[in-house]
Amino acid sequence: MSEASTARGALAWAMLAVPALLLAACARGPAPVAFHADGYPTKLSDWNVVYRDGDRLALNARVVPFDLNTPLFSDYAHKLRTMWMPEGASARYEPREAFDFPVGTILSKTFFYPVAAGENGVARTDDTSRDHAGEGLDLRNVRMIETRLLVHRQQGWVALAYVWNAAQTEATLERTGASVPLQLVAADGSREPFTYQVPDQNQCAGCHASNNTTRVIKPLGPKARHLNKDYAYASGSENQLAHLVELGYLRDVPARGVPRNADWRDAANASLDGRARAYLDINCGHCHNPEGPADTSGLWLDSFDQDPRHLGLCKPPVAAGQGTGGHRFGIVPGQADESILTYRIDSDDPGVMMPELGRDVVHREGVQLIRDWIAAMQGNCDPQESATMPM
Amino acid sequence: MRIMLVLAMSGLLAACGDGHREAVTAADAEFQKTLQQRLLDAKPGDVIDIPAGRYHLDRSLSLRVDGVTIRGAGKDKTVLSFKGQASGAEGLIVNASDFTLENLAIEDTKGDGLKVNEGENIAIRGVRVEWTNGPDTGNGAYGLYPVQTRGVLIEDSVVIGASDAGIYVGQSKDVVVRRNRAERNVAGIEIENCIGADVYDNVATHNTGGILVFNMPDLPQPGHTTRVFKNRILANNTDNFGRKGSAVSAVPAGSGVVIMSNDEVEVFDNEIADNQTANVLIASHYSAGYDSKYKPSAAFDPYPEYIYVHDNRFSGGGDSPDGLELKALKVAMFGLNGHMPDVLWDGYANAKRAGGPQICVQGASGVLNADGPNKNKNPKSDAKPFDCKLDPLPAVALKQA
Repeated sequence: MSEASTARGALAWAMLAVPALLLAACARGPAPVAFHADGYPTKLSDWNVVYRDGDRLALNARVVPFDLNTPLFSDYAHKLRTMWMPEGASARYEPREAFDFPVGTILSKTFFYPVAAGENGVARTDDTSRDHAGEGLDLRNVRMIETRLLVHRQQGWVALAYVWNAAQTEATLERTGASVPLQLVAADGSREPFTYQVPDQNQCAGCHASNNTTRVIKPLGPKARHLNKDYAYASGSENQLAHLVELGYLRDVPARGVPRNADWRDAANASLDGRARAYLDINCGHCHNPEGPADTSGLWLDSFDQDPRHLGLCKPPVAAGQGTGGHRFGIVPGQADESILTYRIDSDDPGVMMPELGRDVVHREGVQLIRDWIAAMQGNCDPQESATMPM
Repeated sequence: MRIMLVLAMSGLLAACGDGHREAVTAADAEFQKTLQQRLLDAKPGDVIDIPAGRYHLDRSLSLRVDGVTIRGAGKDKTVLSFKGQASGAEGLIVNASDFTLENLAIEDTKGDGLKVNEGENIAIRGVRVEWTNGPDTGNGAYGLYPVQTRGVLIEDSVVIGASDAGIYVGQSKDVVVRRNRAERNVAGIEIENCIGADVYDNVATHNTGGILVFNMPDLPQPGHTTRVFKNRILANNTDNFGRKGSAVSAVPAGSGVVIMSNDEVEVFDNEIADNQTANVLIASHYSAGYDSKYKPSAAFDPYPEYIYVHDNRFSGGGDSPDGLELKALKVAMFGLNGHMPDVLWDGYANAKRAGGPQICVQGASGVLNADGPNKNKNPKSDAKPFDCKLDPLPAVALKQA
């Protein structure tokens, strides 16, 4: 064969091969994940992190799902969390803070509900058994509300919220937030109308800038203590940190001493105190810590050891206003009904409730956990020597 | 850069109807979205103008960009009403420096009216924050609320109906609060855990307590050095409608100036009149019912010290103290028809402090030491221990003043 014919033959072969490769790519999924180094892409599909594949919301190649030992409560929404990094990039392990993710990282969180009967009906359930199709979502069973992205750009993290359309075919950027009327339907058929509030971009920062002085936005969920658990990957169940290390997404994980928060519901394997502290850590600790937006209160609810007073025990409020509910102290040992903490997490009034954002309904099971925790505490708040009060 | 929000004004005006339920119309929703978008996209130096009109919002506004001015057409002309607020704990929350808010009103927020959490060089002028139904325990807590800021100017503003404090500056440095009017709040003006505050030319009237200078425990910054002068602090006799447990819920109705656990406070050249408990109260943490089994950190000083009250124009007041203990104290000391002297001190003092509490009072009708540590057993109305003078405190200088 002459050189020319060889070249011609190779070209012809290549021309034949191109459509075949494209077909193969379509069967695997869409184009690769697109990292946008600036700007505000208006469609979630502009990023290609997740994509619609028939009745499924599928994860693109190298998009890794994860979840948390104890997650943040958001109006009973279920969540699909994912992590993606550019080829060759990896995050560095941190013992307390979010991992040190490289520029180019895209974290996603899709908020969805199992569907229920009736207009805007969504199920009030912790059962996730029918949610998933592979590592994605089974859209025959669930309704997606929004997908939030945290994107690590050269200038820092940016938070973007995309709201899904009614047909569940595309999600559109809503930088100023959105209100989605829904009805929570309980197992007994009872209905509770509520308005799911998609946060605006500043409200995202309001929680994710856990240092209120630097105002630097950081991820909240992907910390060692939240991720240290098994996940049911398509390839089988495995510890999430080990899995990320194998994929090359995470480095410098120590052989031992990796912290692990309790699963707030797992009474069989975790103490009441461990579960309550894990619940307060994820729901409150990103603001209520010595640097966070709620450091003005002197109440610190992250999971690290503190003195009882900073945890709220017999601590008078600083600026709770009507949020005291008529109670004198953050936590009164043994008396959940006399504790400001219980009052504020059990409220759905925007002027009273805690957290200030991110929920429209009360998390009854979470409130019960905190009630049980306070009820189990010994003692009282009486000062050893009582003082007279002319005021 | 100057940004003007242009909107369909006819639709907005139509929305201010009979004053009952204030529905959020499509035009309101568009305004809210447009305004929040401006706040997100603002660049340092931007002025965001909001034309005259009444706008109904149902969720908090927020700003996180330095160097932005938000300006209305006047505190009775540009009104942001949050009567139908469904989300967010404030009307406007700011986490930014070099921020100015002027010439508009914030009404009926579920929580605080304006909160500025951290930042330097904050100016608030010509702003009205109001809960339009008057005093009510269900009203939002604070009207104007800068906290952990440095360089704060609040002037020519009006705050009405706050269920905690109308103007509340907390944990800040270099603060000027002047020419404001605070009425029908629980606390009219409150300076808490601040270092360097000048409060002058204000009118505080018909609050539960007129002007408060407090220190609270467990916070990173203990406050000191506050001057309260040239104010009119009149008839602050509104029943305490603060939610029980809040810091101000312990303030007796009829309090003019209240100093609690704070140090280096100078109160002078004010007109203080007709506050029915006492024109001036000086108290410790112990008198407010905050004491508990788990103590504040040892760094917290519960005692008021280096307090100088002089050259004020006092009249009336002290004739009908709030609460049974104070009523009994008044009757026991001064008879049924008598009245408390201008200054009431709870009597708690740090025995280890050389020189005592250094509470000096000049030009008042008297000082009552309530003897709180001994359950009011031996109250004394002897003014002699307080007949002393202290050096004047320095003035606050602000960049934006």
